[in-house]
Amino acid sequence: MIKECETKVKTELTQYDTPIHRALEEQRLNRLAHFDVPGHKGGRGNKELREFLGAECMKLDMNSMKPLDNLCHPVSVIKDAQELAAQAFGADEAFFIVNGTTAAVQAMIMSTTEAGDKIIMPRNVHRSAINALVVNGAIPVYINPGVNKKLGIPLGMSVESVKQAIRENPDARAILVNNPTYYGICSDLKSIVELAHERGMLVLVDEAHGTHFYFNDRMPISAMAAGADMSAVSMHKTGGSLTQSSILLTKNTVNADYVRQIINLTQTTSASYLLLSSLDIARKNMSLNGQVLIDKAIEFANYARDEINKLGGYYAYGEELIDGDMIFDFDTTKLSVHTRDIGLAGIEVYDFLRDEFGIQIEFGDIGNILAIISGGDRNLEIERLISALSEVKRLHEKDKTGMFDHEYITPVVVMGPQKAFYSYKVSLPIAESDGKICGEFVMCYPPGIPILAPGEMITTEIIKYIEYAREKGCILTGTQDMNVENINVVDTAI
Amino acid sequence: MELWYTDQHTKDVRFSMKIEQQIASCESEFQRIDILKSCEFGKVLVLDGELMITQKDEFIYHEMISHVPMAVHPNVKNVLVIGAGDGGTIRELTKYDTIERIDMVEIDKMVTDMCLEHFQETSCKLSDKRVHMYFEESLRYVRMKNDEYDLIIVDCADPYGPAEGLFTREFYGNCFKALHEDGILINQHESPYYSEHSRTVQKAHNHIKLVFPYSTVYQCHIPSYPSGHWLFGFASKKYDPINDLNEEAWNKLGIKTRYYNTDLHKGSFYLPTYVKELLGTNE
Repeated sequence: MIKECETKVKTELTQYDTPIHRALEEQRLNRLAHFDVPGHKGGRGNKELREFLGAECMKLDMNSMKPLDNLCHPVSVIKDAQELAAQAFGADEAFFIVNGTTAAVQAMIMSTTEAGDKIIMPRNVHRSAINALVVNGAIPVYINPGVNKKLGIPLGMSVESVKQAIRENPDARAILVNNPTYYGICSDLKSIVELAHERGMLVLVDEAHGTHFYFNDRMPISAMAAGADMSAVSMHKTGGSLTQSSILLTKNTVNADYVRQIINLTQTTSASYLLLSSLDIARKNMSLNGQVLIDKAIEFANYARDEINKLGGYYAYGEELIDGDMIFDFDTTKLSVHTRDIGLAGIEVYDFLRDEFGIQIEFGDIGNILAIISGGDRNLEIERLISALSEVKRLHEKDKTGMFDHEYITPVVVMGPQKAFYSYKVSLPIAESDGKICGEFVMCYPPGIPILAPGEMITTEIIKYIEYAREKGCILTGTQDMNVENINVVDTAI
Repeated sequence: MELWYTDQHTKDVRFSMKIEQQIASCESEFQRIDILKSCEFGKVLVLDGELMITQKDEFIYHEMISHVPMAVHPNVKNVLVIGAGDGGTIRELTKYDTIERIDMVEIDKMVTDMCLEHFQETSCKLSDKRVHMYFEESLRYVRMKNDEYDLIIVDCADPYGPAEGLFTREFYGNCFKALHEDGILINQHESPYYSEHSRTVQKAHNHIKLVFPYSTVYQCHIPSYPSGHWLFGFASKKYDPINDLNEEAWNKLGIKTRYYNTDLHKGSFYLPTYVKELLGTNE
């Protein structure tokens, strides 16, 4: 018998390969006798769940083992899959994340700053960014994003304001850029990267809403292409993977091994292979079909914008907003619609669409709604959305006087987020908290951008805004008080 | 050799007919279209494997969807027909000289082309001067219309394919807007019998009820359709389907029908108890 020799040459992997997917499939066909977790043992131990999710799905829910590699210390199939992802995104390293893009954003901040370090960021960041500051004690230097007066939405950061922040804080370690914003607005990423690198600062990009930028040539520039050092791409948002799966991209300007250590501080040691394989297959899909899929999304969104603007009253905005500064570019797959001129808050339109027409959109805030359009959409649903908006207007249009016209209130930061969060605090009714220092978060979810963050001064304007958002039906979150009626404020008497 | 065509009525119920030959088959942008010649039902139009109409009993469907509103509304001049690619509903409507214009909006031009060629029994009046055909998405078409029609007839397939959007509240609302202040909306309303479909009936009825001040359903018997028991929706801004029925005027027109008559008109609105319960109108 000829001894099987270990001559297996590792063939060059291409974007057609899906290493995790393939290894998982192999193990499923091997029909292993499982004496490891998960204890449902291929679904046999939980029949109701198996019937609900499907037997195949349950069988694929396996734990880390030698042939499947380990996310905490990838040496084989996960390593290969991450390398393919890095290649697809034009990064030097890619880390698969199973704790949501929240974990990716926090890993960026925590691997580039330490307690007391300064980090420059726009105030309209996602809560995950400020959460990271509460955990690691870095100090935010906020840049006010511009505000579009008509739409009331926060914009990107102007190059001028970044320049000023850098000049005033030459000791800052990094700049975090939110690109694109939820509404699809992009900053001049390339110039910001140049400015930051000149002064030795790293550029971190929260690219949660821009995964598709990497796979279509009609999209704004991506973080990696613009030369940013790290980026958190929410593969599950517009990249087609399962909810909660995400990717952290890095360039070799940061120490990838250190980044992995930071990720491992908080990431699970039982990473779900359903999530990991979905990242693998979604990467392949975007690499091979992204151009076509995203082209389709662009066509749908452009068509819907035209049709919605024909209805009158609504303003579905697009590339015409581009001003080369605070709206340096616009993501045309985002269908953002301003609703205030028909006398309805975005959140009211959002609720009508779901409750009366069975249409679920991404979010509604004070003056706008946002519908996510992807290559998975069909003409039929696009027509339904437009027709339903026409009905919402016909049936519910109101006088717009007395409506709030802005989404962004410039915060007054009086204390670092970590210090405020861990201070001795007292609970007060929100209405009576004027002039106090906030000790926790208050936000509408979605979009999850804090109205108040720990360490910020509570003002009459903010209290009014919170009450208005509540009255219009926004879901308020963040405070210890589940009813968001009381707020913890820093007890300055101590 | 025997050739049989089977229409899947529910996941557990099938309806089969012996086929003499397949007349035509093609794949459009939206669906697969087949025209068969059956031994018992004559020609049969099949979309994505589902039976749409048969030569033998299509008159029941097309008469009931057209003549009921025409006998109630005293002055129909402008009609919008949604779907209806086979032309049967148009054929019935062209029997009325008082109608000035019929707009037909069908998503799939290939259905109409195939019927013009192979199903002339239904498509024979599509060339009438009053008929204007538009091949586009009907949700979009109706959305642009405001106070233009006396009657809208939704003659579509079931809601599990391209016609899905025609069973939504936004579509009914857009129809309301497109109708004059005394307009009527008639829609194909599925069968109440099998539980797989009865939820569709219930949902569609609830949607229409929220949009139109008057809304009810009427029934007929179509042998080749699932359960044979078929419903149409009658929604209206002003007219009551029984109180405003003008029997004398309609009978004076001398329109030839094989199923519809004004006695049956009244009777068709009296529903079985289980259907009333399904619609929540069992007082």
